[in-house]
Amino acid sequence: MVDEILAGPPGEAEGPPVEPAQPRVGIHGGGFGDRIYSGVITLSALCVPALLLLIFWVITKAGWLALHTFGFGFLTSSQWDSVKQQYGAAPALYGTLVSSFVALVLATPLALGVAIFLSEFAPAWLRRPVAFLVDLLAAIPSVVYGLWGIFVLVPFLRSWVMPFLRDTLHLGATPFFSGPAYGPSMLAAGVILAIMILPYISAVSREVLMAVPRSQREAALALGATRWEMLWGAAIPFARSGIAGGVILGLGRALGETMAVTMVIGNRQEIATSLFAPGYTMASLIANQFTEATSDLNLSALMAVGFVLFVVTLLVNAGARWLVWRTSLETSI
Amino acid sequence: MPASEALARARADAADLAAQPARMEVRELNAHFGVVHAVKDVSMPIPEKRVTAVIGPSGCGKSTFLRTLNRMHETVPTARISGTVLLDGQDIYAPAVDPVSVRRHVGMVFQRPTAFPTKSVRGNVAAGLGVLRSVGERVDVDERVEEALRRAALWDEVKDRLDVSALELSGGQQQRLCIARALAMNPGVLLLDEPTASLDPLSTEKVEDLVRQLREDITVVMVTHNMEQAARVSDQTGFFLHGELVELSPTSQLFTRPGDTRTEAYITGRFG
Ligand SMILES: Nc1ncnc2c1ncn2[C@@H]1O[C@H](COP(=O)(O)OP(=O)(O)OP(=O)(O)O)[C@@H](O)[C@H]1O
Ligand SMILES: [Mg+2]
Repeated sequence: MVDEILAGPPGEAEGPPVEPAQPRVGIHGGGFGDRIYSGVITLSALCVPALLLLIFWVITKAGWLALHTFGFGFLTSSQWDSVKQQYGAAPALYGTLVSSFVALVLATPLALGVAIFLSEFAPAWLRRPVAFLVDLLAAIPSVVYGLWGIFVLVPFLRSWVMPFLRDTLHLGATPFFSGPAYGPSMLAAGVILAIMILPYISAVSREVLMAVPRSQREAALALGATRWEMLWGAAIPFARSGIAGGVILGLGRALGETMAVTMVIGNRQEIATSLFAPGYTMASLIANQFTEATSDLNLSALMAVGFVLFVVTLLVNAGARWLVWRTSLETSI
Repeated sequence: MPASEALARARADAADLAAQPARMEVRELNAHFGVVHAVKDVSMPIPEKRVTAVIGPSGCGKSTFLRTLNRMHETVPTARISGTVLLDGQDIYAPAVDPVSVRRHVGMVFQRPTAFPTKSVRGNVAAGLGVLRSVGERVDVDERVEEALRRAALWDEVKDRLDVSALELSGGQQQRLCIARALAMNPGVLLLDEPTASLDPLSTEKVEDLVRQLREDITVVMVTHNMEQAARVSDQTGFFLHGELVELSPTSQLFTRPGDTRTEAYITGRFG
């Protein structure tokens, strides 16, 4: 049977042509098993969106009491008081968005630099080890980042970076870099997050850069472009929607990251424009308060924060995906 | 055409080619990919303002040879090269020569269209102009774009669509766009690697007309699998086999009275 198939189309094969009945046996022989198999596959594929909906439903239900009680004020109020039973998630929402934004601003150029170096300039023997080390950053447990943040990063920011930004560069005049340097701060959270998401952005960017067809690079070189001009004029534009995808992946990680951020952000329920001031994120709010939730409303408020985090993550992802889709439409193959 | 007439024509063509100064000259050129010896000991003058065709069976080293003429060969990591390639009497492989500047003078169009997908039609044609400006040349982009598109016989088809993505053009239009992109740089020599391999007969004809026109101003080296095409547009033809240049003759001679039995076998379709 196999031999006959390997021999090519029946016309070329020697001897009598293959009877159509024979292969049909092969196709239908495992019919029952196939059906079970495809059933199982379909079921597991449906499980994932079902799980998503289930989580969404449970969180919404659990947070409904708080959402109902405080309404839209839940998003705008800065008060989180379990004695007065007043709950508002504004500082945590603000902190989540700002710390992730800072992380993206810091991580994206760095990650892109690493990706460009590894895909374009590094000698072959250096590529694998460096790529491996960068990828390893993603394997470090979050709590270890937190510890490192507390003992190394925060003191370093406090005694060097913050004074440097504020006084030496005179950025203290702007609201973003003013005020006392305590250490635990929005800046610290942003930096930790930047390090944590860097491997994701750089790995994806590296892959898409290496996947840029040779012909595109050669086309640029043949026009008399230098390697650098080829990179910015042909390779990066070609890879840009993939790179954007990597940035979204990183953003998704940053929005939900809990442990390391909790350990360095200072956990204060207040919106401060200065990045030197402590803040809060939604994820760390939930993690910190869950065991101490005293009342139904308190518990429900935490669930509602979870709901908001869920929605924000979905919205940001959807928005970013839409952006990628738009740019790739303009440039589709 | 009577034999004597053909002979006279071949003689006249040979005299014309010999009278023309060599824009480029290849001497004892060898090109390798790792252990593959792709171009073997090739020597060839490339006369100014004439069209040189390169023919030969698949894998015989035509593309590799072409890519040694503008130093694209060395962009392949395993590539090695030895020998001399003169451009206006200067060795382009001399240590002091920057490959980037060679490629600005020797333009190249690849076998398959390589339009930049994220750029518009205009952006594609202008892609190399930024490079020229960075070396201090003054260029009027719109003017150059129009001129290049006109020369590539594409202007009438795209003049109202200069800002759409290059990918909205047909394959044949994209190939002419790539030719326009190379022409916008005003190269003195243009290398064409099977420029009509992916084109329909009508576009092919346009490209051939273009090559004949280019011959007025610049030097063209063209790889082709189509022997009629070589016969139609070229002045001299080189026949490659297994990396060697078997024969280089005036085109009118090579196709009527080949000087080598292997050439004859190839052009009469006995192998290849
Ligand atoms: N990037 C590469 N790496 C290794 N070997 C290569 C590479 N490109 C070409 N070669 C080899 O070099 C030889 C010449 O190839 P080349 O592409 O020059 O042939 P060609 O005459 O242009 O063929 P075709 O008509 O099919 O385009 C072939 O044996 C090919 O396998
Ligand atoms: Mg080729």
